[in-house]
Amino acid sequence: MRVPYGWLAEWTELPWDARELGTRLTMSGFELEALESAAPPFTGVIVAEILSAERHPQADKLQVCRVSIGQGEPLQIVCGASNARRGLKSALATVGAHLPGEVTIGAAKLRGVESRGMLASARELGLAESSSGILELPPDAPVGQALREYLKLDEAVLDFNITANRGDAMSVLGMAREVAALTGRPLAGPAIAPPAAPANEVLAVRLAQPAGCPRFGGCIVRGVDNRAPTPLWLRERLRRAGLRSISPLVDITNYVMLELGQPMHAYDLAKLAGAITVRLARSGETLTLLDGTQVICEKDVLLITDEAGPVALAGIMGGERTAVSAETTDVFFESAYFAPAAVLGRARRFGLTTDAGQRFERGVDPTQQARAIERALALLKPAAGGTAGPIQVTESIGDLPRRATVSLRRSQLQRLLGVELAPQRVSGTLERLAMKVTATEAGWQVTPPAYRFDIDIEADLIEEVARVVGFEHIPETDAQTPQRFRPLPAEHPGEAAILEALAARGYSESISYAFVDPALQEQLFPDRAALALSNPIASDLSVMRVSLWPGLLRAALENQHRQADRIRLFEHGIRFEVEHGNTHEIDTLAAVALGPRLPEQWGVPKELRAPADYYDLKSDLEALLDATGDAASFSFVSQPHPALHPGRAARVLRRNQPVGWLGELHPTLVRSLDFTYTPVLFELDLETALAVRRITHREVSRFPQVRRDLAVVIDEAVTLSSLTERVTLAASSLLRDLRVFDVYRGPGLEAGRKSVALGLIFQDISRTLTDDVVERLMVSVVADLRENLNARIRE
Amino acid sequence: MSDLTALTQDALAEVAACGDLAALDEARVRWLGKRGVLTEQLKALGALPAAERPAVGARINEAKQELQSAIESRHAALERAAVDRELTAGGIDVTLPGRGERPGTLHPVTQARLRIETLFRRAGFEVAAGPEIEDDFHNFEALNIPPNHPARAMHDTFYFPDGRLLRTHTSPVQIRALQARGAPLAIIAPGRVYRCDSDMTHSPMFHQLEGLVVDENISFANMKAVLHGFLQAFFERELAMRLRPSFFPFTEPSAEVDMSCVFCEGRGCRVCKQTGWLEISGCGMVHPNVLRASGVDAERYTGYAFGAGIDRLAMLRYGVNDLRLFFENDLRFLGQFPSLPA
Repeated sequence: MRVPYGWLAEWTELPWDARELGTRLTMSGFELEALESAAPPFTGVIVAEILSAERHPQADKLQVCRVSIGQGEPLQIVCGASNARRGLKSALATVGAHLPGEVTIGAAKLRGVESRGMLASARELGLAESSSGILELPPDAPVGQALREYLKLDEAVLDFNITANRGDAMSVLGMAREVAALTGRPLAGPAIAPPAAPANEVLAVRLAQPAGCPRFGGCIVRGVDNRAPTPLWLRERLRRAGLRSISPLVDITNYVMLELGQPMHAYDLAKLAGAITVRLARSGETLTLLDGTQVICEKDVLLITDEAGPVALAGIMGGERTAVSAETTDVFFESAYFAPAAVLGRARRFGLTTDAGQRFERGVDPTQQARAIERALALLKPAAGGTAGPIQVTESIGDLPRRATVSLRRSQLQRLLGVELAPQRVSGTLERLAMKVTATEAGWQVTPPAYRFDIDIEADLIEEVARVVGFEHIPETDAQTPQRFRPLPAEHPGEAAILEALAARGYSESISYAFVDPALQEQLFPDRAALALSNPIASDLSVMRVSLWPGLLRAALENQHRQADRIRLFEHGIRFEVEHGNTHEIDTLAAVALGPRLPEQWGVPKELRAPADYYDLKSDLEALLDATGDAASFSFVSQPHPALHPGRAARVLRRNQPVGWLGELHPTLVRSLDFTYTPVLFELDLETALAVRRITHREVSRFPQVRRDLAVVIDEAVTLSSLTERVTLAASSLLRDLRVFDVYRGPGLEAGRKSVALGLIFQDISRTLTDDVVERLMVSVVADLRENLNARIRE
Repeated sequence: MSDLTALTQDALAEVAACGDLAALDEARVRWLGKRGVLTEQLKALGALPAAERPAVGARINEAKQELQSAIESRHAALERAAVDRELTAGGIDVTLPGRGERPGTLHPVTQARLRIETLFRRAGFEVAAGPEIEDDFHNFEALNIPPNHPARAMHDTFYFPDGRLLRTHTSPVQIRALQARGAPLAIIAPGRVYRCDSDMTHSPMFHQLEGLVVDENISFANMKAVLHGFLQAFFERELAMRLRPSFFPFTEPSAEVDMSCVFCEGRGCRVCKQTGWLEISGCGMVHPNVLRASGVDAERYTGYAFGAGIDRLAMLRYGVNDLRLFFENDLRFLGQFPSLPA
């Protein structure tokens, strides 16, 4: 809300300059968002009178003017504006003047005629976005006075952010009330008196929905000249407050709204068809608004209607059919009170934001309807003339809002704020806010003024006291709370530990949006249902991710485009699974690796420069799984996944329950997404996969270990896990460790067979193992493998 | 026995000439071995007259000893030389980089969040969480934001066809935590939130920190102490803080939290728009309607709540000026945030 300093000063004395005023109001709840001057800086512009204007001898569109600046000889000025005419007072930028946009005025010859300055337009002075012709000043403008001084263009304009609960402050009057509460000085303002009503004409108004519109002020004015220029001072105030001048009738209703906070509407009386009824819309009823948009109403929309149908969307915007125009001479002013509940959300539904709607939604003073019309009539008379009828207020007293009396306890005030305030300070503060305060034993009974829609409960009053006294007067006090311990379940892995473990293995954490491109997600998870947003911000961010892979692959691809040759990324976040119509938010950890196994470096064997594959990522994944202290609970089973290479995809199981996936991206996707290297991916359900096993210590053997190596030739189809399972069973509990140190295929072996080299490490907890014992175990292992896995032992 | 002297001289010369340990060993065997030249001399003693034997034997032994010690010192010298050679040949360029993997990094927003969690845990807060897909009740109604409330317009909510929504703030965790645990309570709830808005300072997904303390006599003064303490701990410096009255439907009184600008120390600069202050958080005393909606006795308990942007805290801490950088996942950006700091 933009408030010109001088306008505010008309309503209450301002003991502070604009900056200080802004700070004080900021600290009482009205944040100063901007402090501007009424005009951008310029110099050398004075009020001047055109004494004569004649056609330029060489140019049809130029005039040569003789211009008085109040002293010395008149100046010859060449001017291209068609409104330059004899007797007009305007703004002259004299030689040497600096105008906005780094323009400097010099003496010039225009088509051979000398010009000693420039008659300026509002746009050239930075007073308007656009303008036609030079500035027109009133006849009584003092020739020779600096324009900045005359128009008070150095006035400060304060732009405040008014919070949604303070509709009452969305006016000059409202802000003046706040200032007066801070200063303790009285509220003044221009005298507003009921004008004499020379005419006697009224328009019948019926309130068919008194809950929504319990009070409707109306007034007929005939014989208005809506072509007359709005007085410059009024236009300037509107401009400074951020509104454009339209016509006297529109400007005056806007002015009253800005000043008093009461939105008004002017109907062209000639276009109104008979009596006014304020009622709810019939379902599907349509109305074309002032701005040309057509709205189709539901039954909860309040309308102003005449006998021919809707003429306004109550409290939001007038209709096109009855709008005032330049030709309008007879007008009907509306100044009504609409209940917030009757307006709330309606404008938004139609995609409208209007000054009136914002005020009615938040609550307009229900006592000011007649006063607003009085103010409008007082402004109208000198600007556009006209003969006013009486101000007629139609109302339903019982439906008007009433402010409840609220109790405020001294004890609660102190308890909530943590500071003790003198009782007189509390009651005095509330009284300055125009509240009726009665002392009681426990504190006070307080009745807020009619315009304070935000005061309903004790806490509201406590806030009022605190914000006017100032939050800076509340100390910083440590709370007295007992030291409470809460369990820290050992099964829950520390998030930081998990993330740091992956970072230590070369992965960088990424964070991507939880909504992804449906096309990409479809490609990766063609058979997975995903949750779509009703109002996505972009079509490629329109469905919730069912996996972190779409985001990781996108990030990997973008890094590849930025010429990263080796990419290791991981992400921790929620994925959204839809199952039988229910959404599950699953805490997920995922990673992607592409490019060489190790960063480019010297001195590593060639194999370590090869692109990362399944086993590289598996190693990183196993590092996490091992850290649960429960490595044995995990297993990997080959299982197809639409996004993964069918022969290089594994389901990660924990105690046979699925907890994740691991694999290389499907070659088709590698090509279609244009990856240089094959991305290798894993994804884990964090809670189940990484739950930590509570550790109970096991004794460490003090006796030597014995190692025996074994090369076993088995069928390709036999997985390592089935091999180790047999070995572990046959080798008894004396087998402490089993290592795979080679897998060989090729010359010397039958086709379809592979040789796996195993290192078996035996150790007993209570004695040194003899060769005999170990030999017997090896014999039973070999026999078992021969029998169950069709194995041959390689010598 | 002049030839013994000559032999000894020859032997010593040969030992001195040995260039390596192998040659030295050969020399030792030739002269002192079982069939070595000097050994043979001793064997030949038997052929001498008995009277001469002791003297000659002693001379031979003397020669043997002389040779033995010459061999030993030659051995030591050669060994020293070998080690020296090894050391000279084995020198490496210690400036070549080490072998293997290089560490990655944690995302700066995560680092800021973990730091925030640590600080609040130390101060006695617990970390709570809630769902990202919310219903209207938890995101709005229970927070005293009824349908059509003007405050809803500021939330730019993402909706799903069934009326559910992506939470627009972490405040629903207040309701869920109070419903689940009741009072007393001291939690923070960091998390992802969503609004349909995107530019240099807005991202459709961002991170918020919620705080909630409810107990029998929690006051505005307590809230001020915690917020100020947190900001100074997070930024590791003395900072001025001011609370400005504001409006949130779910707190009363409500305030915006400003801290003195960390870039200009409050003197006024581009970042703080010359005001010397940075808006960092919103806060207030929990509205009694919120306590009641969560089943807490609003007469017995009071509390405060606050919300702050984790991304904004991270931006200020790391001097990042465009929020979108956090979500581009550019390795050159991510790599700038080493993971060691506390």
